[in-house]
Amino acid sequence: MASDRPVDYNAIHKPVRKKDAMQLLLGKPVYTEDLAPKDALTVKILRSPHANAMVREIDAAAALKIPGVVAVYTWQDVPRNRFTIAGQTYPEPSPYDRLILDRHVRFAGDAVAIIAAETEKAALKAMKLIKVQYDILPAVLDFRTAKDNKTLVHPEEDWVPTCPVGGDNRRNLVASDSNSDGDVDAVLAGCDIVLDRTYHTKAYNQAMMETFRTCAEMDRYGRLHILSSTQIVFHVRRILSRALGLPMSRIRVEKPRIGGGFGAKQTAVCEMYPAFVTLKTGRPSKLVYTREEAQIAGSPRHEMQVRVRLGADREGHIRAIDMYTLSNTGAYGEHGPTTVGLSGHKSIPMYTGNLEAYRFRYDVVYTNHQAAGAYRGYGATQGIFALETTVNELAEQLGIDPTVIRDRNMVREGMKMTSYYNEMANACALDRCLEHCRRIFRWEEKYPVRDMGNGKVRAAGVAMAMQGSCISNVDVGSATLKLSEDGTYNLIIGAADMGTGCDTILAQMAAECLDCSVEDIAVFGADTDTSPYDSGSYASSTTYITGKAVEKACAELKQKICEIAAGMLHCQPDEVVFKGKRVRRIHSDESLTLQEIGYKTQVFNNIAAEATASHSSPVSPPPYMAGMVEIELDKETGLVTILDYMAVVDCGIPINPALARIQTEGGIVQGIGHTLMENVQYDANGKPIESSFLQYKIPTRLDMGHLRVEFENSYEPTGPFGAKSIGEIVINTPAPAIAHAIYRATGVWHREIPITPEQIAMQTPVSVP
Amino acid sequence: MITIQNYVQAESLEQAWQLNQKRSARVLGGMLWLKMGKNTVGTAIDLCRLGLDTIEERADAFVIGAMVTLRQLEQHPGLNACTRGAVAKALQPIVGVQFRNLATAGGSIWGRFGFSDVLTLFLALDAKVELYKGGVMPLERFAALPYDRDILVRLIVPKTSCRLAYEAMRIQRTDLPVLTCAVAQTGGETRAVIGARPGKAMVVRDANGLLHNGVTTESAAAFADYVAGQVPMGSNNRGSAAYRSHLCRVLTRRATLELGG
Amino acid sequence: MTDVKLILNGRAVADQVDADLLLIDFLRAHGCASVKRGCETSNCGLCTVLMDGKPVLSCSMLTLRAAGHSIQTLEGLQEEAADFVGFIADQGADQCGFCNPGFVMNTIALLRENPDPSDDEIRGFLAGNLCRCSGYEGQLRGIRRYLDSRKEKGGPRHGE
Repeated sequence: MASDRPVDYNAIHKPVRKKDAMQLLLGKPVYTEDLAPKDALTVKILRSPHANAMVREIDAAAALKIPGVVAVYTWQDVPRNRFTIAGQTYPEPSPYDRLILDRHVRFAGDAVAIIAAETEKAALKAMKLIKVQYDILPAVLDFRTAKDNKTLVHPEEDWVPTCPVGGDNRRNLVASDSNSDGDVDAVLAGCDIVLDRTYHTKAYNQAMMETFRTCAEMDRYGRLHILSSTQIVFHVRRILSRALGLPMSRIRVEKPRIGGGFGAKQTAVCEMYPAFVTLKTGRPSKLVYTREEAQIAGSPRHEMQVRVRLGADREGHIRAIDMYTLSNTGAYGEHGPTTVGLSGHKSIPMYTGNLEAYRFRYDVVYTNHQAAGAYRGYGATQGIFALETTVNELAEQLGIDPTVIRDRNMVREGMKMTSYYNEMANACALDRCLEHCRRIFRWEEKYPVRDMGNGKVRAAGVAMAMQGSCISNVDVGSATLKLSEDGTYNLIIGAADMGTGCDTILAQMAAECLDCSVEDIAVFGADTDTSPYDSGSYASSTTYITGKAVEKACAELKQKICEIAAGMLHCQPDEVVFKGKRVRRIHSDESLTLQEIGYKTQVFNNIAAEATASHSSPVSPPPYMAGMVEIELDKETGLVTILDYMAVVDCGIPINPALARIQTEGGIVQGIGHTLMENVQYDANGKPIESSFLQYKIPTRLDMGHLRVEFENSYEPTGPFGAKSIGEIVINTPAPAIAHAIYRATGVWHREIPITPEQIAMQTPVSVP
Repeated sequence: MITIQNYVQAESLEQAWQLNQKRSARVLGGMLWLKMGKNTVGTAIDLCRLGLDTIEERADAFVIGAMVTLRQLEQHPGLNACTRGAVAKALQPIVGVQFRNLATAGGSIWGRFGFSDVLTLFLALDAKVELYKGGVMPLERFAALPYDRDILVRLIVPKTSCRLAYEAMRIQRTDLPVLTCAVAQTGGETRAVIGARPGKAMVVRDANGLLHNGVTTESAAAFADYVAGQVPMGSNNRGSAAYRSHLCRVLTRRATLELGG
Repeated sequence: MTDVKLILNGRAVADQVDADLLLIDFLRAHGCASVKRGCETSNCGLCTVLMDGKPVLSCSMLTLRAAGHSIQTLEGLQEEAADFVGFIADQGADQCGFCNPGFVMNTIALLRENPDPSDDEIRGFLAGNLCRCSGYEGQLRGIRRYLDSRKEKGGPRHGE
């Protein structure tokens, strides 16, 4: 298709270096902790050792005697106004179920007291001396038993469900809903084959290298100034405003460079503690989470159990999908009502091809585990593991090549996706992704199982994925563009570059629109005082939504520049044309340089040489992807070695192919981690076992084999320059593809991840050589 | 994080030993495990100035100072030639180069950690430990002793015991092992050393002479079955006792075949 | 408090420190913000510095043990780093950047020890440097491109 081939662009569709790359690679002080005020108090949190308990008594007298200890705050000291720390557009679907400190502590790791001290040493000493007496309560530790359990995680009277999402705290229920199209039961009854399978995925941790951290100080106007490693400066301002009872005019939230987020920092996990300390003491403060705190009191993926009933005919035409997801939101409801939706809405539409009916139901429950939150993939990852594995099993049962069964059923360009809010697949190269992947992977060669001797076999697996490009009808992205008098520009955004490169990608788009070089665009973000409003960087939305806002702002700025130039040339604005470095008068030799116009904006001028534009979208066009993996599996030990992972992605038109590729590679390796080594286990008392990098093992560079990533472009008409999203979809294929390859090698379907060597070895008939 | 009140770089082993007689004192190795403790150390005794950071190759043995790092061991040409690379193979999966540049042979052996590749390796090498007061004793005996206030000075690896094959199972490539296994032959006797059970590594000798008539597929399997029967296993988050017994059988058979083949 | 003197990035530094002050905290307090902490269990490699030229974890070493030794952080090796980090930037593999200083320091150590490493040698040497963003492949491509460009310019330069 002609529209799928990028034209000759000036700045986009090019592997431009990230604007901050050299600063980062040369180790400059650009992160929250590096920028903390020198005299900041160290804030530490005393955490509950119990999964469910009431604080009966708390005695900080001895702690307060430690030299250097400034304050110890307990539940008695904080406002009694419940709120959510989920970074979502108001009114948040997540219930208001938090206090800064609550007398009722609901998971092992929940905050009991806030300590502020001159040094970390003093704070830690104080922590050991705070005496807490708990009334230990029975805990809900298995999410399958949570609904209507007699133990309530949130028995409080002031539990506030902000949105009608089907929640009921008297039932441990955060959300519940169902939707459908067609008569699923009737279609399933008429199918030649129906698979009914249940899957389980765990509460994986984002494990970004920089843990949660925030500094707070009173600024020179006496306002609360927050510097935080966050994806959501504006939501953090609103959350703090409610939690602290402070008007937004008294709060400024800023983010410096961020050491990774992956969704973790879409929740205001730690901002409230130093904010509270600084407000109380008037002194600057900082809180840096230890890795243990990030592991046990962070904001990990929602554990889910997904039941899939899938019906097809003998030729493998998928006629009906019935899905039920049970999601574990843990002790608090952040992102609980929303993540679950993606398990169905961003898996089922991939099989729109012959789908006659679908149904998707879900429950989201509270338990006494660490609260879950947003993690790259946001529910789609869990649903896609379940559905893609079921489709692979269908293919294997019917004796049809699993890539062929996908050819027969997948969504294609021009189709209406009934299970995706009836959106049209306007840009969809999923068919080409699969075909391309099949070719570079050499599927025909690698699909058959090959015995390598000594108990080792090689096998291959496949999966597809989709995601969205924003939260349709909700997300708002904005951009401000300003002309400087030397003809360069400032681009100011409220979206958060957390390493993904969005600052650079948005600058590329601005440079494309303004016909200048990317170096001519200085980017700044994000700061609630200076940035235009942006919901923040999540839901894969920054390129698609904020990118479009950049496009709009550039158009408005060009218009203003033309108006100013027209005034200088004594003609009408429609008689001049913007030509990048110059504005030219049509049908004349007259022109002005951008510098000339720039200087004019500062002399006797009534037209601001800047423009701010916002953008929202009524649709969320899915990116698509195919992934294939070749493994070597040791049937005796159960060890799986990834040899090759190949993926082809349709993210529309990639604005920066180098960054899109790295996103894909990084997402695949996270997915490999979830599938093979990242485990989440609890002891009998509900304490997490994988509470450090000693126990929670993320992949090293020896664990991921060789990656190869390519692109099949489509052109999304509603996106900037045809772009869709890439940030999240890339984590979705490894689990089902690897589970498929393991089945090929062993004959056993593993429906819970991670799939450990033990599970493989102990379920496989071992043939001793 | 551990709290340390005083730090002393000992001028002599005698001084180190004297300082170490206080219950609150600790001798530092690489500090990689020690620092994770939450206790308070009165005096931390550093042996770094006592010249114990060298590997000496003698005619009949390698003499390894307590402060030799795992990285030194893994890179030592003589030791690796003698063991046909088994030392490097055993140590390279331990976290990373930077970690192994700090972790010491003495610290690893003194700790007698259950998960230790180092303990498994040196038991297989039939090493001896030299203690400042306790003198020289077989590592196998030392491994069974309770912690006391002595100081580990050196490890001695006889060249006659360098014939070994090393296997370990890890879920992630630089993680703690689920099981370690070394099979070694010294003077016609075959021993298997099984570690990360998850308890401390233990030595199993071919007491029934299953391998006396040579290593074959059958005799290796028989020996592996025998070893697995001798080694008590436990469960932890990395694997169950049953899986470890299964792995013990697999890795012992493989190591035996590698050694005999 | 105990006196400590060491050579930090070629400069003699003297201070008084607690016995249990870890080298990483000493370094950060002495202007070396490139040294990052990513865990408390010696697993991540973010805090890698060179002690007498050898890469070590500064989170796992007492400052007092470093007394009298030469410590180098990325602040002191800007030129040597600048030589190759542009190749990482060209891949976009810097990503969030938080692991970069440790990764760059250990890559410097690798290239000094082995100026022409194979891909497997690179993976092996850098295995103790975790990265959650990049998926590692871009870092490898960057190093490989750098080595190739160096060869084109006339053979590897041995570590200076």
